[in-house]
Amino acid sequence: MIDPLLEVVGLRAGYGTSQVLDGVDFSMGRESVAIIGRNGVGKTTLCKTLMGLIRPSGGDITFKGDPLAKSTPERIARKGMAYVPQGRRLFPSLTVDEHLAMLAKGTRGRRWTPEAVYDLFPRLGERRKNGGAELSGGEQQMLSVGRALLLNAELLVMDEPSEGLAPKIVDTLIDVVQQLIGEGHAVLVVEQNLHAATHMAHRQLVMVSGRIEAESTAEELRASPELQRQYLGVEA
Amino acid sequence: MTIGDAGPVEHPTEPFLQQRAWVRHIPAVAIGAPVAFAVLWILFFARGTSAGAAVSEPGEFFVAFLNGVTLAGLLFVVASGFTLIFGLMRTVNMAHGSLFLLAAYIGIDLQKQMVGKTRNINADDVSILQWVVPMLVGAAVVAVIGVVMQQVFLRWNQGEELRQALITLAISVILADQMLREFGGLAQTMVWPGRVTHFIDIFGQRYATSRLFMLGVALLVGALLWLWLNKTRMGMVIRAGVDDQDMVRALGINITLVFAATFFVGAFLAGMGGAMGASFAGASTGADGAWLLNSLVVVIIGGLGSVKGALAGSLLYGMVLALSPVYLPSEYAFYSIIFTFVLLALVLAVRPYGLFGKVESA
Repeated sequence: MIDPLLEVVGLRAGYGTSQVLDGVDFSMGRESVAIIGRNGVGKTTLCKTLMGLIRPSGGDITFKGDPLAKSTPERIARKGMAYVPQGRRLFPSLTVDEHLAMLAKGTRGRRWTPEAVYDLFPRLGERRKNGGAELSGGEQQMLSVGRALLLNAELLVMDEPSEGLAPKIVDTLIDVVQQLIGEGHAVLVVEQNLHAATHMAHRQLVMVSGRIEAESTAEELRASPELQRQYLGVEA
Repeated sequence: MTIGDAGPVEHPTEPFLQQRAWVRHIPAVAIGAPVAFAVLWILFFARGTSAGAAVSEPGEFFVAFLNGVTLAGLLFVVASGFTLIFGLMRTVNMAHGSLFLLAAYIGIDLQKQMVGKTRNINADDVSILQWVVPMLVGAAVVAVIGVVMQQVFLRWNQGEELRQALITLAISVILADQMLREFGGLAQTMVWPGRVTHFIDIFGQRYATSRLFMLGVALLVGALLWLWLNKTRMGMVIRAGVDDQDMVRALGINITLVFAATFFVGAFLAGMGGAMGASFAGASTGADGAWLLNSLVVVIIGGLGSVKGALAGSLLYGMVLALSPVYLPSEYAFYSIIFTFVLLALVLAVRPYGLFGKVESA
């Protein structure tokens, strides 16, 4: 990588006095990268800190060559980092249509418009008038992804997108993410689900207690139960 | 122990659950019994009251009912602004009543200038425009003041709810003194336009059309508010922001701009209510506190932050305010204010966050 899209150096952050991120270092280009790790190692905190929702207490984030560490979420999002949060975080007061209409301004002529999102997820098109809270888990995740796509961002930050979804829905989601990667989107996906992580990204960064401790590849990880046990604490 | 081992052992929680069955009916009984009593009382038994039982005096009842609905209209205009600001920004704007009163005074002064008389203005002197323009100007002035207040004092304290409440409280105290200096302590009235001040006949009772006009204005405001919140992009952003502000920001939406707009509209509504209230009941020192209290009662009943709740709260509160003095036995009519608290206690006992309130998540 000559020109990294996102570069994180010595990033520290936490809640109050408890430090969660303890010097995170990694960089990525226009590619897809998975960050894996057990519960509570700081994966979600990392996503929130990248998005500006948590103020870092130290370290630097460089995105497209500009420092982000002191920036606000809205500025970071408009700079080209779109967020698919853990737990979807849809708006219960809004219908599916409104979730997308709210962000439709300025999408005309771009790759992702509300109509393009409905083409990608036909299920959502059938449920336009439904409230965000009335959807199934899979539909909610589609809407959360679709909403993020409307930013027409270079980098998609996805926090545990497979969480709570049936295996079949996870496979659909993997297809979608692969399609997005194929179209040139960069994806940073945080996962505990090994199947999802290794199918969404080639590079696998392993997070242990607030740091990136190791890097592996999807093939390597899939082939080695030993590594899986070590990194994720699971028997696959 | 596996699940199969338990066998047909009696479930230890069963007697407790049976006991709980009637416990669950307490809210329904607690609400149903007083409401049923009130309805029966008003319908059949209220003979010793100033209005008389509704079955024998339907005209009195209808007038009291209309009084409740029209008052609810005014309450809604004021309280919807209050709840809008709270819902999005979690700011309890303690200066809401001050904005109400300031707009009322501005409207009264402007109306005097437009009519060209400083005293003894008759309704016949006032055209519709000479009422609407002062109302809109007064509302616009306090809306701008509201935005300035938000930008200068509150923006830096976002999320510091107590601090914001204290700041707005301080502003309300300062404004109250300045208004006393500027407009004096005597009650003043904004005059309804002549074209809406007639009396119509309802079941043999004379009823002032100006109250119906006020209801009409309130309905128009409610409809516009509904359109704004449901059919515009900014309305969607506001509703999304009420749900999850951080997520709205993470989607690249500049919510500080939306905050300012919401504060503008919320203060504007307080101002419109001020002009309506000044025409309806006059404006005087102390109206600021009274209307802050009215707004609080409405949104506590309806649920803080919910416009639907403000509507429900206004109707309930307006009804109680209108019905309780005329349907209490005449010698007790002074105690009608107590029923406001009865209403509050009943609603909060069953729904601690108000009728449409959402439980605050951590």
